[in-house]
Amino acid sequence: MSAPEPTSATLIGTLTLAGLLSGLVLVGVFQSTKPLIAANRAAAMEAAVTRVVPGAVKAASYERVDGKVRASQVAVGASSDKPMAYAGLDKAGKVVGYAIPAEGPGFMDTIRVLYGYVPGAGTIVGMEVLDSRETPGLGDKIYKDADFVANFKKLDSKPEIVGKKKGTKSKPNEIDFITGATISSKAIVKILNGSAAQWAEPLAAGATPTQGKQP
Amino acid sequence: MSHDNGPSLWSTFSAGLWRENPIFAIVIGLCPTMAVTNTVTNALVMGVATAFVLMGSSAMVSALRKVTPGPVRITIYIIIIATFVSAVDWALAALLPLAHKQLGAFISLIVVNCIILGRAEAFAARNPVLPSVLDALGMAAGFTLAMLMISTPREILGSGTLLGLPLFGPRFEPWVIMVLPPGGFLTMATELTILAWWRHRSAERQALAEAT
Repeated sequence: MSAPEPTSATLIGTLTLAGLLSGLVLVGVFQSTKPLIAANRAAAMEAAVTRVVPGAVKAASYERVDGKVRASQVAVGASSDKPMAYAGLDKAGKVVGYAIPAEGPGFMDTIRVLYGYVPGAGTIVGMEVLDSRETPGLGDKIYKDADFVANFKKLDSKPEIVGKKKGTKSKPNEIDFITGATISSKAIVKILNGSAAQWAEPLAAGATPTQGKQP
Repeated sequence: MSHDNGPSLWSTFSAGLWRENPIFAIVIGLCPTMAVTNTVTNALVMGVATAFVLMGSSAMVSALRKVTPGPVRITIYIIIIATFVSAVDWALAALLPLAHKQLGAFISLIVVNCIILGRAEAFAARNPVLPSVLDALGMAAGFTLAMLMISTPREILGSGTLLGLPLFGPRFEPWVIMVLPPGGFLTMATELTILAWWRHRSAERQALAEAT
């Protein structure tokens, strides 16, 4: 704001200094908040796992590599480049089911869900929407409508989940759609079918925890 | 701001609160106003986050105003503002993960909120630190007040709740449109109309009083 025109060197110097200082501050804040943010994510995911897998009190990470499931070094809730599933462990540390995150296109944006899955029988034992931007009052019934959510408490995923008009489900692999939220309900069914098909065989074959220890 | 001795500290603060309210008088910073006023909690968290960024950046811009070269000042302001916004973003993710999830991308978008760059350029760059912080505080309070005024009817009518607590019985059918984007525009327009009518009326009365 001073009257004489500043030289280019001054401008470059000022901007470099500003960038450096800003960088220092950002690194400081990032480093100090990183462990808390990671802990929050892990706690949120672990809580979600215990909700969709009845009987589970703890979660352990597993990943799928070449059609096989193995214990993962990645923390619960942390992002990974491999498809992840979380084993729901009961108090004795026994696996009571798996919580599998899955996602797919919804009506507005990507819907991310976590569902509880018992391998072998292929039963879905719970489902929770982690993230969605479905229309309030209509599409958001996929997690606000208790009747719809109850569909997923005991649902056969084999041969595949079939959606029916509300009140007409009769078989263990059928669910009732939500009136007025057909696209969002269909999206959930599609996400679950797609994900369950990928995980069914690897999970039924059993995890190979010994391999996970070697990176 | 055409006073002889410059505005008093109180009027610097109170200007943003009402007379020059960023939303209702200057009508800037409307993106977050539309986007996160669907619940009172979101509006409040957004207001506090914006207040922190606004005060921090105004103080910094004002403190550095004599060493900031004119031709690159906007760049410097943006660096300062972006630094504060990133810090707030991580701090919220670390301390209030639920609110952070609700507000999502809108926290990062505080960086492009016109109120902040506007106050940096219009006020903080020409005034000492104390008035700049007071101006920021007033503007932030005015912004938060406006956000609350818009979010309260939207949440009550659109969800039937206030601060997440149900207000009506289970037979209340929410006006879904109020929590959707059109509801934001409708509420804002209604309130702007009422305020414009009120301002016009008090100006008329004052003119009438002076004439007689």
